Amino acid sequence: MDEGLRSELSKQGVFTTTLEELYNWGRRSSVWPLNFGLACCAIEMIAASMARFDIARFGAEVFRPSPRQADLMIVAGTVTKKMAPQVVRLFNQMPEPKYVIAMGACAISGGPFKQGYNVLKGIDRYLPVDVHIPGCPPRPEALLHALMTLQQKIAAQRLTGPERPPHARDDAPAEFPVPQYGPYDLNPPHNPEVWQPAAVVRDEA
Amino acid sequence: MKPELDEDALIGALSTGEVEPEGLVAGPAPALATLPPPRGFELTPKSPAASAADGEVLEVAMGPHHPSTHGVFRMDVVLDGERVLRLKPVFGYLHRNHEKIAERTTYLASMPYTDRLDYFCSLTNNWAYALAVERLAGIGVPERAEYLRVITAELTRLLNHSCLIGFLLHDMGTMGTPLMYAFREREKILDLFEALTGARMMCNYMRFGGCRVDAPAGWLDQVRQVVDDFPRFLEEFENLITTNEILLARSQGVGVLPAALAISASVTGPMLRASGVDYDLRKVDGYGFYPRFEFRVPLGDHGDVYDRYMVRVLEMRESLHILHQALRDIPDGPVLDPKAKLRNFRPKPGEAYGRLEAPKGELGFYLISDGGPNPYRYRVRPPSLINLTILEDMCRGHTVADAVVILGSVDIVLGEVDR
Repeated sequence: MDEGLRSELSKQGVFTTTLEELYNWGRRSSVWPLNFGLACCAIEMIAASMARFDIARFGAEVFRPSPRQADLMIVAGTVTKKMAPQVVRLFNQMPEPKYVIAMGACAISGGPFKQGYNVLKGIDRYLPVDVHIPGCPPRPEALLHALMTLQQKIAAQRLTGPERPPHARDDAPAEFPVPQYGPYDLNPPHNPEVWQPAAVVRDEA
Repeated sequence: MKPELDEDALIGALSTGEVEPEGLVAGPAPALATLPPPRGFELTPKSPAASAADGEVLEVAMGPHHPSTHGVFRMDVVLDGERVLRLKPVFGYLHRNHEKIAERTTYLASMPYTDRLDYFCSLTNNWAYALAVERLAGIGVPERAEYLRVITAELTRLLNHSCLIGFLLHDMGTMGTPLMYAFREREKILDLFEALTGARMMCNYMRFGGCRVDAPAGWLDQVRQVVDDFPRFLEEFENLITTNEILLARSQGVGVLPAALAISASVTGPMLRASGVDYDLRKVDGYGFYPRFEFRVPLGDHGDVYDRYMVRVLEMRESLHILHQALRDIPDGPVLDPKAKLRNFRPKPGEAYGRLEAPKGELGFYLISDGGPNPYRYRVRPPSLINLTILEDMCRGHTVADAVVILGSVDIVLGEVDR
C-alpha cells in the first residue's frame, strides 16, 4: 500500500493495515517465554523480568511453566549432555510458531566450560536459534536487546511466498530429533538439518 | 559428657555414637523417637489410611524442567495420593566439569570458574578459593584487603538471603511480590559490585594475597548508603510476611530437621543453625578478621521451614551489624600483598583445605599441589549438595506442595550442587 495514501488516511482517522502486519504485530507484542532456566544466565533472565528492567514493557513478562503455552525458549545457561535431550524435547512440545534465544556464552558455544567432557558445545547443534546473546552472563539489557531483535525478525516475516517462516510451510520439520546418550557421546552429535560443522574450503589453484 | 573437645572432634564422635547429641545442642534437643526411620529407598510401611488405596502408588519425576526446582534438579517422588512416600534426588543435569577443568589450568585461571559455582555468591566463592591457595602457599593478606573481603562477603550474604526468601515465598505461591522486593535490593548491591569489580554477577575479585583492585573513590560511602537503607527494606519485608497467616500455616512444623540428624548428615549453614546447633565458621574458625567484629549467631528452636526463614532474616540483621563495624574501621593501605606472585605461580608440594561460612553453609576447597603450575587435585565441598542429601528425610510424609517449600528452604544453587 502506498505510504502517502496511508498517512493521508491516518490523518482522517482511518487506520489501514495488512493482514500480515496485523498478524505479526500481535505475535511480536506478546511473546511468551518458557519459564526455563538452566544456570547462571537464568538469574539474569529473572532479573530482566523484575521491576528494574521490566521485560513487561515488551509484552514478554508472561513466563509460562508449560511448553504448551510458550512461544519463545530462552536457553539461559550451560546445556550439559545430560540435559540436552530434555531441552530438545521441550522445544518439540512447544506449539508453532516458536523461537529460540541462546542466552550466554555457554548456550552459544559451551563458553568457559567448552573443554568439559559433559558440556554441549552450543545448543544450535540441535535447535534453530534465532538470536544469540554473547556474555557470561549477559546483562538484562542484552536480553531486552535480543528480544527487540527477535521482534524485528517476527515483524519482517512474510505470510506467503517462498520466504515464509517454518510454521507456514509444509516441508519444514514438525519436530527435531531428540538426541540420546550413546556409548561415547550424544547420538546424533548434531542435527545436520540445523547445523553443519564449518567446512574448510581449499583453493584448488 | 560435656563438650570440652573442639567441635570437629565432637561431630566425628557423634556420628560414631560415642557422644549423646544433647551435649552439643543449644536448644532443647528433639526426642530420638521423632527421628524419621532409617534412610533407604525401600517402601516405608503404609499408614492405615494409605492401605485403603492400596496399589495406587504413583511415581512422578519432578524435574529437571520444573518451575519449583530452582534450576535443573530432579526429584523422583513416590506418592500415595498427595503424600510423599519416597523421594530420590537426581543430580548431574548441570555437571560442568569444574573440578577437572581446574586441575588442568593454572591456579589463578580457576578463579573465574569459582564465580560460576554458586552464582548468587561469587565473592564468597572467590574468597574460599583464595583462602585455600593462601594456606597452601603461605601468603599473607594486607589489612585493607581483609576488610574489603569482609564487606563484600557480608553484602553477598544480604543479597543471597533476601533473594532466597523471595524464592521461598514464590514457591508458596506469592507470585512474585516478595521476589520483586528482594530483587530491588539485589540490584542496589549488584551496582556496588559492578563499581568495585566491573561485573554484576561474576566478580572475579579476589587474588591470592589480597584483592584485585582497590575500591574506587566514594565507593565506601555508597556502601554505607545501601547499608543504612537496608533495615527499611527488612522491616517492610518482615511486616509484609513474617506474621503472614499463610506463611505460618505453610512453614511451621513443616520439614523438621532434628539437630542430631543435621549433625550426622554434616549439614551446615543456616539450615544447621535453624535446628539449634551453634556452629558458625565465622566464630569457629575465625578466618579473615571476623574475630574483630561483634556479632551474634541466630539459632532456631524447631528446625522447621519457618525457623530456617527466620534465621536468615536475623542473619541479615547481624550482617548489617558487621558491615557497620567494617565500614567504620577500614584502614588505608595496599590491597595486594607486594610479595604475592600472580604470574608463574607454583606453590610447594603439599595440601590445604580452605573453608568459610558461605551464605549457604560451609564452602571448602581442598587442594593438593605437586609443585606444578596447576593443582594435582582440586575438590570443592559444596554446601548446597550436602544440605540436599537429607531432603528425603525432611519430605517424607508431607504433601508434594510441602516438598516444594522444603526444597526452597534448603537454599540450593545447581551450579554448586552439580559443579
